[in-house]
Amino acid sequence: MTLALQVRHRFGGFALDVDVAAPPGVTVLFGPSGSGKTTLVNAVAGLLRPDSGRIAVGDWTLLDTGAGHCLPPHRRRIGYVFQEGRLFPHLSVRQNLAYGRWFAPRDSRPESLDRVVELLGIGHLLRRRPGTLSGGEKSRVAIGRALLAAPRLILADEPLAALDEARKAEILPYFERLRDEVSVPILYVSHASAEVARLATTVIALREGRVVAMGSPARVLGDVAAVGVRDIASVLRARVSAHHADGLSELATAAGPLLLPRVPEAPGTQIRVRIAANEVILAREAPSGLSALNVLRGTIAEIRPGRGPAALVVLAMGEERLSARVTRRSVAALGLAPGQTCHAILKSVAVAPADIGSGRHMPGDADA
Amino acid sequence: MGADLANWLGPAEWAAVRLSLRVSFWATLVSLPPGILAAYALARWEFPGRQVLNGLVHLPLILPPVVTGYLLLLVMGRRGYLGQWLEQWFGIVLSFRWTGAALAAAIMAFPLMVRAIRLAIEAVDPGLEAAAGTLGASRPWVFVTVTLPLILPGIIAGAILAFAKAIGEFGATITFVSNIPGQTQTIPSGIHAFLQVPGGEEAATRLVIVAIVIAMAALLLSEFVARQVARVVGGR
Repeated sequence: MTLALQVRHRFGGFALDVDVAAPPGVTVLFGPSGSGKTTLVNAVAGLLRPDSGRIAVGDWTLLDTGAGHCLPPHRRRIGYVFQEGRLFPHLSVRQNLAYGRWFAPRDSRPESLDRVVELLGIGHLLRRRPGTLSGGEKSRVAIGRALLAAPRLILADEPLAALDEARKAEILPYFERLRDEVSVPILYVSHASAEVARLATTVIALREGRVVAMGSPARVLGDVAAVGVRDIASVLRARVSAHHADGLSELATAAGPLLLPRVPEAPGTQIRVRIAANEVILAREAPSGLSALNVLRGTIAEIRPGRGPAALVVLAMGEERLSARVTRRSVAALGLAPGQTCHAILKSVAVAPADIGSGRHMPGDADA
Repeated sequence: MGADLANWLGPAEWAAVRLSLRVSFWATLVSLPPGILAAYALARWEFPGRQVLNGLVHLPLILPPVVTGYLLLLVMGRRGYLGQWLEQWFGIVLSFRWTGAALAAAIMAFPLMVRAIRLAIEAVDPGLEAAAGTLGASRPWVFVTVTLPLILPGIIAGAILAFAKAIGEFGATITFVSNIPGQTQTIPSGIHAFLQVPGGEEAATRLVIVAIVIAMAALLLSEFVARQVARVVGGR
């Protein structure tokens, strides 16, 4: 189901002006704070009424100011996962989960409680009260509560921002399962590149209320308009081919084999790997006597000089693109030019576990 | 023991105690719905005349009680504007009846009740109510399933405060419904009446003890209930 977002809203000195249509899957609103992400999500939830606009999920129209149509929040059929969880403190976990279900229309077909409890691993929490849960547990219950309201769209406003790194790593896989096992479209707000790389089917990059880039994570995360130059990254699709005894995992990519610190996924699983452009070294000749384990061969597709001393060199490797951020001095010294063959060198340990996620539903995948 | 206690208080004293409890109970119960409504309106709604409502609610707290009683007599008395109308159409007479005492007590206790409930409403995170809305609950359902349970400690505190205030109400009551033994003589007006006659000090002292016991019991009960409710509402 296509998600149509057409919103114009003005308050104070801030103007939001967005007109996009996103394909099914996970759509990530990506941008720094103050870019209008939360305003847009609240307009979708009906917590804010924009000056004008049209918002629809497939043929389910939530708002159409032109036609004078505006559904109140409780009739929008939206599962909103708030950053702070917002669990009802006076109800048990089970009652929190059942809350949305009770109000869901009779003809809707909500997920079964058992399935959601199993999906999120919260069976042992059902009798507890929210006040006794840890941050990660609260997040999982909040996801379950939204899911059980039989929503036609799930909204998640930086659901991981209040969690520490360990808890983020705990919750992110549940969103991946949601994306892969539940057919409800998800609109997810984030300012973290790693989350975008792992979750997104489509990324909408916002800056000061406007869309500056939109497309696959690989495209948007490599776009200086959308991310800071220091955060530019490539997103590679990979298949886990083997786990080695020395703690490394071998992945097969269109660019060649990749050795990375052990990933949790079983061999054969499709995953995504985010590789920061700052971590990639380029060499004209195949290097030898090197500690770095990964050397990938590609053709220079493009060289984009930056405003500072650096340039972005984009290598084409099969269907994949791998970006390296090097100095303009090095580009000149090596005589790099589009069309040349070049080797990209990547230390295994430069890829953090947060950069690796289960990777279905990338644009271009057979099943997406 | 029960017989001793019954004999300890004379019939007139018993009547005053029973009447006080009945008046305060009904005064509290009947003012709860409008009290919650007024507190919600003052805490959450923006409307013209909000300050006027706020002033009206709090007026009995700052006016001399005798003034409130006299105003009641003017408006709700048998010759009063509203009182006449009530008697003519519904046969309801409030002045010089126990129901009038309940009305006077309710009005005097109203500001305290509204204040306690309003503070509780202002402490509720509107984000929780918004969350309930996104989960499919309409406004009235949000109020019943989220707001009301969360402000329950405030409602209980307000009700007990109002009950205690109603038990002690004297000025407005005696002005509006006078001091008729068995009909409008509550504990405070009873104490007042006994002190007017020679040798009445003993009966007055007994009523003073009863008043202290009721006040202490109400206080302890409110503490206990509030703690129980806070435990449930606090999410533990």
